[in-house]
Amino acid sequence: MMPKPMLEIKNVTMKFGNLVANQDVSFTVNKGEIVSLIGPNGAGKTTLFNCITGFYKPYSGKIIFDGEDITGKTPYYVAKLGLTRTFQIVKPLKDMTVKENILTGAFLRNPVRAQAEKVAQEILEIVHLTDKSDILAGSLTIADKKRLEIGRALATDPKMLMLDEAMAGLNQTEIKEAMDLCLKLRDEGITLLIVEHIMEAIMPISDRVVVLNAGKKIADDVPEKVTNNEEVIKAYLGERYHAKSKKS
Amino acid sequence: MKKSKISPLIIILLVILVLPFIKADINFQHMLIIFLIFAGLGEAWNLITGFAGQTSFGHAAFFGIGAYTSTILFYKFSISPWVGMLVGIAVSTLVAAFVSYPCFKLKGHYFAIATMAIAEITKQLFISWDYVEGATGIMIPIVDESLASMQFHTSKIPYFIIAYCLFVISILIANYIEKNRMGFYLKAIRESNEAAESIGINTTVYKLYAMMVSAALSAAFGTLYAQYILYIDPFMLFSLDISMKIVLLTVLGGLGNIYGPIIGAAILIPLSEYTRIFFGGTGKGIDLIIFGALIVVVACFEPRGILGAFKKKRKVERGAYDAKANA
Repeated sequence: MMPKPMLEIKNVTMKFGNLVANQDVSFTVNKGEIVSLIGPNGAGKTTLFNCITGFYKPYSGKIIFDGEDITGKTPYYVAKLGLTRTFQIVKPLKDMTVKENILTGAFLRNPVRAQAEKVAQEILEIVHLTDKSDILAGSLTIADKKRLEIGRALATDPKMLMLDEAMAGLNQTEIKEAMDLCLKLRDEGITLLIVEHIMEAIMPISDRVVVLNAGKKIADDVPEKVTNNEEVIKAYLGERYHAKSKKS
Repeated sequence: MKKSKISPLIIILLVILVLPFIKADINFQHMLIIFLIFAGLGEAWNLITGFAGQTSFGHAAFFGIGAYTSTILFYKFSISPWVGMLVGIAVSTLVAAFVSYPCFKLKGHYFAIATMAIAEITKQLFISWDYVEGATGIMIPIVDESLASMQFHTSKIPYFIIAYCLFVISILIANYIEKNRMGFYLKAIRESNEAAESIGINTTVYKLYAMMVSAALSAAFGTLYAQYILYIDPFMLFSLDISMKIVLLTVLGGLGNIYGPIIGAAILIPLSEYTRIFFGGTGKGIDLIIFGALIVVVACFEPRGILGAFKKKRKVERGAYDAKANA
């Protein structure tokens, strides 16, 4: 069976004045896949995220989500279609409790409060925040804020979730938990696009890895091939990871 | 949990309802009516500023439009102020939608300045508008007292009842919004516009809804105020004084909470009405001096208002309890 595309990015270019942040980037995320987007700092990953989710309007190119052209559409419209993102710099609704944060997300598909509460309760369990549900989101630790960020996005019942460095700043155990969560979400039918720096975490769970460098796509393949791709190693992964992957 | 949140509100509402009958002093009854009007205006303002985080310094505009619409209809066409109130609500809501839509492109302080400008522009417009008697204002024609004409000359109780009903309606609306989707969405917009958009909230539309509801309520109180004072002019209605009073009392009481405006108005309105009664014309501004001092104290020690101080205390206690439970 041919894989069905969930998200198609076609020749997207994004410029800020003379600075080209994304240059002619194209790739496809298929339904039910976990695709990772990696690249050194300043490669244009977050910019691409912002273009896809409507926070920026791309300079040229097309973005198609689940068969609908979403190029230049507003962020809330994109979210309503079922494409939800998290932010690299977490944006908790600080003066609201953890539960209220998630409830706000759940209201998108459940306008009635009682239903939304039920969904929120489930999500709290999934992201392990049940016992912290009455704490103000602003006073959570960074790890919990990242969980909350994922939880709030999940509460919108997305078809596809885009995580922007959701694992940065977490310790080993927490990273393991986050990896398991990603796999669990995929098993439930949610397509994932993940921006991440922690190679050990994403290489094992990704179906495919897209590599950006200086705004251009330099590789798009299964993890094993990407880690052995000479250009990627030179441009990004560095000798250390190269040596490590040869050893193992 | 739901019960414990509703009951103090019902107690407050019952206490307010019996007050004018316990103390049948006319000054006191007058103060209560003004209190209800401003507490209600505070509730309306709280929707757009306390919940949605869009600071408005121009609510006098909506209040004034409500007052002027019903007064013009009554003065020129002898239409009942009740009909005038509904028309005023409609006009005010439309004006709110029309002027605030472009203003929502502005963020933070710039939005606040724009709303201040809207109130000032409205004032200038009414000052130089001959059809509405311009700067001289309108004396509302005195007619026989009746519910239909919203005029009562022998007792203040009917005015109190009307003010009370409007106040309860605004509390119910604020309470409904706070407990349901719209309240959560407005708060999300206040906390982070981007986060709100990312979870599917059309932030502009929700801010617009909040502004329209807020303007509608303000206009209703405007009609009542006009019928109570029986005289209106642009300087009185569209003054920064009224806009600021609404802001100050809500900030003092506590933003983003339905109790905030009630507490704030319960402090500010007696202060301003009684200083006016005691000092007459020479006492003008004394209430604001005292109130200014209160605001300074609140801003220094508890920027979230009197309610914020209570909440903080409760949280500290709960925090201590949690620490004990964990130990």
